[in-house]
Amino acid sequence: MERPLTKNIRADREPPSLKEYERAGGYQAVRRSLRSLSPQEVTELVKNSDLRGRGGAGFPTGSKWGFVPMGADAPRPKYLIANADEMEPGTFKDRLLMEGDPHQLIEGMIVSSYAIQADVAYIFLRWEYRLAEKRLKKAIAEAYSGGYLGKNILGLDYSLEMRLHVSAGRYMCGEETGLLNALEGNRATPRSKPPYPQVSGLWGKPTIVNNVETLCNVHHIVNNGAEWFKGLSLAPQDGGTKIYGVSGKVKRPGAWELPMGVTVREILEEHAGGMRDGLKFRGAIPGGASTDFLVEEHLDVKMDFASVQKAGSRMGTGTMIILDDQTCPVGLTHNLEQFFARESCGWCTPCREGLPWTARILRAIEEGRGEPGDLKRLRFHTEFLGPGFTFCALAPGAMEPLQSALKYFGEDFERHINEKRCPWRS
Amino acid sequence: MGNREWGPYLLISLPHSPFPTPHSLRTTMLTEEERQEIAAELHQYAQKRAVCIDALKIVQRRRGWVSDENVRDLAEFLEMTPDELDSVATFYNLIFRKPVGRRVILICDSVSCWIMGYDRIREHLTARLGIELGETSSDGEFTMLPIACLGACDHAPALMIDEALYQDLEPQGIDRILER
Repeated sequence: MERPLTKNIRADREPPSLKEYERAGGYQAVRRSLRSLSPQEVTELVKNSDLRGRGGAGFPTGSKWGFVPMGADAPRPKYLIANADEMEPGTFKDRLLMEGDPHQLIEGMIVSSYAIQADVAYIFLRWEYRLAEKRLKKAIAEAYSGGYLGKNILGLDYSLEMRLHVSAGRYMCGEETGLLNALEGNRATPRSKPPYPQVSGLWGKPTIVNNVETLCNVHHIVNNGAEWFKGLSLAPQDGGTKIYGVSGKVKRPGAWELPMGVTVREILEEHAGGMRDGLKFRGAIPGGASTDFLVEEHLDVKMDFASVQKAGSRMGTGTMIILDDQTCPVGLTHNLEQFFARESCGWCTPCREGLPWTARILRAIEEGRGEPGDLKRLRFHTEFLGPGFTFCALAPGAMEPLQSALKYFGEDFERHINEKRCPWRS
Repeated sequence: MGNREWGPYLLISLPHSPFPTPHSLRTTMLTEEERQEIAAELHQYAQKRAVCIDALKIVQRRRGWVSDENVRDLAEFLEMTPDELDSVATFYNLIFRKPVGRRVILICDSVSCWIMGYDRIREHLTARLGIELGETSSDGEFTMLPIACLGACDHAPALMIDEALYQDLEPQGIDRILER
C-alpha cells in the first residue's frame, strides 16, 4: 500500500534535508499549485478528496476553507495556523510527522495557505516538543532560502511568511479559539462562535486552524488528485490514510500509517502485536482521552469517523489507549478526569466546578471511600457537563470516557463502593 | 483552591510568592540582552502584547522563574498592566511564578504513562529526592512537577528533565538519568 505521509520518515526519524526532500519529489505541489492552479481549484480538489480534519473533530477540510472570504475585498492579512499543540493524552502522531519530515508540514502549509490566500502562516507548537522545534526551525530557514517562503515564492505572484510560535503549555491551546487567544498573548480561553475564525479569527482577521496531520495530506492531494486520495481509504466519504497509534500494555506500542477504515482488531493485533502475554483486552479509548470507550464487541469496528461514531464513540485522533484486565478501570477514569479538571481553563462554571467534583468522586471511589449515591452523581455530571452546557468541547469531551466507563464497567465501580477498596490493589 | 485534592502543585502559579526573593535576583530591571531578545520576537506578531508569552519564557530561561518584579518590568516594557500580564503568566503550565530548582523534572502523569507505571516512577523520585510533586529538593537541585501527556505514549512512562526527554523508564534506570 501507499504511505504518502510517512514515506520519507526513516526508522531513526532523522529528517530529510531540503535537498533530500526535493529529490523525493518534495515541493512539486507548491510549483504546481502556484503555477497552474487557482486558489479555488486547490480548495475544490481538497473538497473532492473527502479529507477530514485529523485533530479529532473530523470536519471536512475543504468545506472549512470554503468559508474564508476570498477576492480583492477580503480583509487582510489572512492567516493559516498549523495546530501542533498535540496535548491530547495518548496521542503521539503529530510528533512523528514533525520530527520525521518537517518539510512535509511546511509544504502542506504553503499549499493550504495559497488556497485561502493567507499572508502569514503560524505553527503553534507545544514547548515540550523540543526536537520538533529544532527541526522545524531549520526546515523553515531552508524553505526560505529555497525560495518556497517569503516574498514572491518561486518568482511568482504569491507571498507567504511562516512563523513558529512555541507555547508555554495548556491543553486549552489545542482548542481552535483558545489557540487564537494564546497566539494573541492572552489566556487560552475559548471564544464564542459565531463569528467563526474563518471570518474573524486571529486579530479579527480570516483564519484557518488545521491539525498537523491534516495539513500534511494537502500537497499529496494536489500532486496525485482527489480520486487517488479517496482510493487510499477503505471508508466512503473519508479519504486518505491515517496515522493510527496504540499505547498501553500491548506487545508493540507504536504508530503506523494505514488506510483509513482498517478495523480496531487489525490495528491492535497485527500492528501492535496484540496484548502482552497473560493480559486480556477489556477496552480501548479509540482517539485520545476525550473519546468513549470501545469494548470487545467493537473490535471489528472500522476506524473511520462515521463507523466509530456509529459504535457510540469518536475516532478522535485515531491513537488508541488500551485498557487491559489487570488495570483498574476506575483508576484509569480517575486519571483521565483529573487531567481534564487540571487543564480546564476555568472560563465557564460547569467545567471549572464540575470536573474537579467528578475527579474527587472518582478518587474517593478508587480509594475505597465511595458512597452509594456516587454513581448517580457521576451520571448527573455526564449529563450536565455534556454538549450544550459549556462554552467549548473540553467538558463534553471529558464526559465521554466517564459515561462509557459507567456503561461498560459499571460492575467495577459498584465493587469498589461495596467492598470499600480497589480490587486491583492488594 | 485548598480543598482540591489533586495537588499542592497547583500553587505553582499563585501570583504572590510566599518565598522571599533571593538577594542575587533582587536586581529587578530587565537586562539589555533580555530586552533585545524580546524585541527581536516582536515582528512575529501583529500586536505588541502577543509577544508576552515569548517574553515570559525569555526571562524565565535566564532566571529560572518569573518574580513579581519581573512581571512589573515586563508589563511596562510590553505596555500592559502588571495584572494583565500576570493573568497570562499564571495561566500557562510552564511559566513558573515561584522559584524552582536548578533542574526541573516534568513527569508525565497522563493516561498511557499511568497505565505503564507512572506511580512507580514518581514514588522512586520521591524516595530518592525527598520531594513530592510541586516541591523542590532541599539542596535546590530538583523541582518535580506533573505534566500533561508528552506525546511519548508508545514509550511510556516518560519524563523530561529540563529540555531532555527520557522514555521507557524503569525505576532502577532513573538514578542514572538524575546524575547526568
